[in-house]
Amino acid sequence: MIEFKNVKKEFSGKPVLRGMTFSIEKGETISLVGTSGAGKTVTIKHMVRLLDPTSGRICIDGEDIQDLPSEELGRVRKKFGFLFQGSALLQWMSVFDNIALPLRETQKLPEDEIQEKVKSVLEKVDMTEAAKKLPADISGGMQKRAGLARAVVTEPDILLYDEPTSGLDPVTSRTIDKLIHDLQEDLGVTSVVVTHDMISALTISDRIAMLHQGEVSEISTPQDFLRSENKVVSNFLDSQCISRNFFDEFSDRKLT
Amino acid sequence: MINRYTYECPDCGSFLARWGHNALAFLQLVGQAVLLNLEAITFIPTMFRKRTWPEVMYQLFFAGIRSLPVLTVVALFTGMIFALQTGLELQKFGQEAQVGGAVTVVMLREMGPFMTGLIIAASVGASIGAQLGTMTVSEEIAALEIMSINPVRFLVMPRLIALCVMMPLLTLYTDVLSVAGGAIIATSQLQVGLQAYIDNSLQYATNKDLYTGLFKALCFGFIINMVACHQGLTTKGGAVGVGKSTRSTVVISFLVILITGFILTKIFYG
Repeated sequence: MIEFKNVKKEFSGKPVLRGMTFSIEKGETISLVGTSGAGKTVTIKHMVRLLDPTSGRICIDGEDIQDLPSEELGRVRKKFGFLFQGSALLQWMSVFDNIALPLRETQKLPEDEIQEKVKSVLEKVDMTEAAKKLPADISGGMQKRAGLARAVVTEPDILLYDEPTSGLDPVTSRTIDKLIHDLQEDLGVTSVVVTHDMISALTISDRIAMLHQGEVSEISTPQDFLRSENKVVSNFLDSQCISRNFFDEFSDRKLT
Repeated sequence: MINRYTYECPDCGSFLARWGHNALAFLQLVGQAVLLNLEAITFIPTMFRKRTWPEVMYQLFFAGIRSLPVLTVVALFTGMIFALQTGLELQKFGQEAQVGGAVTVVMLREMGPFMTGLIIAASVGASIGAQLGTMTVSEEIAALEIMSINPVRFLVMPRLIALCVMMPLLTLYTDVLSVAGGAIIATSQLQVGLQAYIDNSLQYATNKDLYTGLFKALCFGFIINMVACHQGLTTKGGAVGVGKSTRSTVVISFLVILITGFILTKIFYG
């Protein structure tokens, strides 16, 4: 379970989060949506303490991570898998070695067991044929899938996705959505997805949180989100031409 | 763990207060860079691990072997230039036979470590700054941290070992080639015999000259790694930030090498 308690964050005196309070239940998939600068990425970076809040508390499974020393922080971070917006694969390593990296560096597993695990996740993300390629030699969509494989290879409890479909064509975006959903089904992890893409948010989420000017403006199920009378939500939906009858019109789209 | 905290100077009208805050910000940067390298030193015992050793070997190759072509040319020609300039002046007093001692002592004490330091700062240091800077802005460093892989152990320690091992070795190489370059000029332009050049070199150069030069080189290696890794790992602002980090790595390394070189000379010979 992830809890944010009145979290505020300022950069050079400029407030980005203005008292964020919400909780995410275990096994839930929640999408954080909002315009650029709303504080979505800043919010998930706080969950793994890549950023420290100016004030407020963040608890992971009931444990306040704010004042943890570095070795304890490492233990908490092992609960997380993180898919970065740009995938953040190490450029001098092959796709296979990138995925094997967290296992080789942090787990005392024999090499043949590591090879097995990596091959298994490569199959899940349909990347077996690109295993020996360098990240620079594969497409953006494949890089996202490789990043996703690296995020799940350690079998984390919580998966954080930062803009998993940004910069991808609609077909590849829906493939990534399906992959996120399938991994969620297979692993039963808690997933937090930062996205601009409302189709993605509506189809993969149990709940959607609308962030606006550093606050949670609305948090509800996708069906309630579509019916919301919140001005910020309706503007955001209208900007992407999302019909209020989305699920009636595209009943086959819902993955959850 | 990488400390990315930056001292924020408060708005204040007083000129002196602004200078004071800037001085604090500077001292904080120096402290962060030194602590980063000290932390890397604590990870040196892990260098022989099966999965760490190949990276250490690659960094040794990158810092050492890849630098040989440019060092060869620079060392040889510096020795030749120095021998020619000194020899022509000494010739006016009929003392051209002393050129071997002059070249050897200057190269061993000062010019060898200094030139090697500048070349390695501009090539290897800049490369480290740019690589770590790019990794920082593309969130690869953050990815390592989330995977509970300490970037200081994974990235800084192998580079520290490479520079601290290779700088003295490369300096020795520079020294030998510079003296050889001097010998070429002495025999071909100054009519000094090769044996006379060698005898004169050995007469004036002492073991202390060699050891202090190599010790300086070791310190310069530490400095280059400290500046490059700190600049790279604290890069902000995309491609422009990487450019700034690379530039800062070279400029700061040059300045610190110069100042440290003077201080060490003063300590050993002052």
